[in-house]
Amino acid sequence: MIQLKVNGVERSFSGEREMPLLWYLRDILGLTGSKFGCGVGLCGACTVHVNGQATRSCVTTMANAAGKEVTTIEGLEKNGLHPVQKAWMQINVPQCGYCQVGQIMQAAALLNSNKKPTDKQIDDAMSGNICRCGTYQRIRVAIKSAAEEIS
Amino acid sequence: MSAGALVLGVRYFPKIAAGDVLPHDTNADHATLHPSVYLGIDPDGTVWIVAHRSEMGTTSRTTLPLVVADELDADWKRVKIEQALGDKRYGDQNTDGSHSIRSFYDAMREAGATARLMLIEAAAQQWGVPAAECETDLHVVIHRSTNRRSGYGELASAAAKLPIPRKDKLKLKPKSAWRYIGKGQVSYDLEALVTGKAIYGMDARVDGMVYASVERPPVLGGKVKSYDDKEPLKVAGVRQIIPIDPFQQAPAFQPLGGIAVIADNTWAAFQGRKKLNIFWENGPNETYNSDSYKNELRATSHNPCKVVRNVGDADAVFAKGGKVHEADYYVPLLAHAAMEPLVALAEFKDGKATLWAPTQNPQAVQDIVSKELGISKENVICHVTLLGGGFGRKSKPDYVAEAAVLSKKVGRPVKVVWTREDDIKFDYYNAVASMYLKAALGTNGKPTAWLQRSVFPPIPSIFDVNAVYGDPGHLQQGWTDIPYDLPNLRIENGPAKAHVRIGWLRSVANIYHAFGIQCFTDELAHAAGRDSLDYLLDLIGQPRTIDFKGVEYPNYGASMDAYPWETGRLRHVTEVVAEKSGWGKRKHSKGTGVGIAAHKSFLTYVATVVEVEVNDQGEVRIPRVDVALDAGLVVNPEATRAQFEGAAVFGTSVARTGEITATKGAIDQSNFQDYPVARINEVPAQTNVYIVDSEAPPAGVGEPGVPPFIAAFCNAIFAATGKRVRDLPITKLGLS
Repeated sequence: MIQLKVNGVERSFSGEREMPLLWYLRDILGLTGSKFGCGVGLCGACTVHVNGQATRSCVTTMANAAGKEVTTIEGLEKNGLHPVQKAWMQINVPQCGYCQVGQIMQAAALLNSNKKPTDKQIDDAMSGNICRCGTYQRIRVAIKSAAEEIS
Repeated sequence: MSAGALVLGVRYFPKIAAGDVLPHDTNADHATLHPSVYLGIDPDGTVWIVAHRSEMGTTSRTTLPLVVADELDADWKRVKIEQALGDKRYGDQNTDGSHSIRSFYDAMREAGATARLMLIEAAAQQWGVPAAECETDLHVVIHRSTNRRSGYGELASAAAKLPIPRKDKLKLKPKSAWRYIGKGQVSYDLEALVTGKAIYGMDARVDGMVYASVERPPVLGGKVKSYDDKEPLKVAGVRQIIPIDPFQQAPAFQPLGGIAVIADNTWAAFQGRKKLNIFWENGPNETYNSDSYKNELRATSHNPCKVVRNVGDADAVFAKGGKVHEADYYVPLLAHAAMEPLVALAEFKDGKATLWAPTQNPQAVQDIVSKELGISKENVICHVTLLGGGFGRKSKPDYVAEAAVLSKKVGRPVKVVWTREDDIKFDYYNAVASMYLKAALGTNGKPTAWLQRSVFPPIPSIFDVNAVYGDPGHLQQGWTDIPYDLPNLRIENGPAKAHVRIGWLRSVANIYHAFGIQCFTDELAHAAGRDSLDYLLDLIGQPRTIDFKGVEYPNYGASMDAYPWETGRLRHVTEVVAEKSGWGKRKHSKGTGVGIAAHKSFLTYVATVVEVEVNDQGEVRIPRVDVALDAGLVVNPEATRAQFEGAAVFGTSVARTGEITATKGAIDQSNFQDYPVARINEVPAQTNVYIVDSEAPPAGVGEPGVPPFIAAFCNAIFAATGKRVRDLPITKLGLS
């Protein structure tokens, strides 16, 4: 039996230990905010926070998630919108939007550890998150805007 | 909200009960005032607008409704948008070819203006005043001289009793009165997108559903010889194994065939599939290898081919001898790789099929599902979810048909989830193309004769196995409509057999045709020792309307009267982008350079300047892109800017790393490690978009940014390094 916390709620899982956290979140818990994009940790669409760290849930097994605290987009902000989400709306970042939950989770983790990232630091933090619609220049502006609001 | 997204899935879509007959009603259909299939107004003032085109990031779902809302003079905050089912009563729903706005702009205006007129008439009758003395002001009808006001909701019942006015009675708003058209509007779904509440095809859920993963024939036309039907059943969560019949030639939108694993969750289905141990009978396409195929295309392009356009006598000029320049250009197969891999949910029950799919074309879904299941189209109910990208792949409903077929066999709702590997290996690729160009050069290096041949497996091959020539629909894409004023011009197309499924991919044949022509033009400029911009403008020449006499030129389905091919507009955007980018005014240090390209596609004129920096290791950075566009009336400038920013990124992926190859008929690539796409550190740092003001009718914005970006990028690389890109992607020249 695997125990873990998801968005503050204690959960028990008795299925396959090798099941990726992503599919537990989506198929078992019905939290469809975190997305499936590649299944091999290359696109970032599945990004959640595990013990506060941005993590690719598609390559994190339930065994690896045991005993940890998982935060998904659904639990990112209890009341209203996170500064990153507000900035995303203000700058009008999304097009199709499918990658954006992963982008937002990654950006939120970046700003947790770095209140004023440079362009290079943004590149390094965000280069694991693919956007096929090409919203990258707006992502960069939105991260800087959110950084200002947070500080 | 109660437990989890099972409820969310059912809540998001209206519940269709067995026994319902199409058309399946929207809230607009049930509204008190319902003068148009696209619009309904309720007594509480809610304005229901039906979005009948699919949403994959271009804001079709927001921008067409905003046109209705503007003519209705509605308060946008009181508007609720609902997605239409697939139903021919809405008109064309194939959201493909950058024509949603152009095709439905008038219909949306009429819908809004019709309701507005009825509301005014209802108020005027209630007040006993002439309708001509009444006006509207955001959701309210007003009679100024007596200071009377009545809200749209209050008037809905009375308006519903009135006859629907004739089109010629409608008063459309003048441009000066527009509140939403031309101003810029964010997506109706913006908050849902950033909170993870938006429902894509991947997220659709219904009670009792199971999940499926399909092992498909690696070679097109392959069939299952044998498989292990016992081992997969031992995998936890796997319920059953089901074969899917192979397609009957030609493939069109039929499922490819293969073996499906049905399971309790996606992961179990993926795991079960690994145990299938299928042996395949590959069929004749297993002799297909990309390397030798490239040589075949090139060889074909070096011999006379079918003439599709001719002006003067290029051969006579070439025969005279003199200075000649020739080159071969090549673009490989390209995969769509939208962020959301293919997926579809289907429930076949009581002779009806209900689908939930991220489809660009719900009527095509109705068509193929009705054929596959042997039921009438009226019994195929296709819900359209949001799409996590499309780029043309999701216009082809093979992936939806698979789910329908499986649901019928399983007797439960089935969600078929494609892995990223499936998505890349079983695509309808953008055609691989080899082009040969030759020009005879006269005074100032200007061409006196021009020959171009394009050879590519055509899209019609998915409908007809014997189709080997390009059809007018694809030859019009940058080939027969070369914009140069040339006295001797011969345009040819050579045959090529398809060995994979070929399809539409964002800007389609324009990708390779613009690359060939715009980069060849740049070669000629450099050969003549002339500035690239100056040379390009010289070739475009003075403003004129291209006369396509003798050429079958579909003009993207638009009339030549409404949308003539005006070279002056191409010249103008070229001049605008040159000025905005500071062409000729900036100094470029070693390893940096700028390139320019101009290309019209989907009725929109675009010119792009790209600046690159290339270091000694051949690493390419893109500090800046400038793009000028003339798309006629731009209904949503904010969305349009986003499309052109995105097109530069899409083009970056194509040029940097875009290459799909096959060995023994099977696709070599599988995921993002061997089909890389551009990331934040690899794309233009800044793309500046300049929208030219125009009174011309609206033209496309989703696709036209892609082709000129690719060509300008390659021209910039030449300016920076002296290396000429003739074969995409640029990795072939040792650049990264």
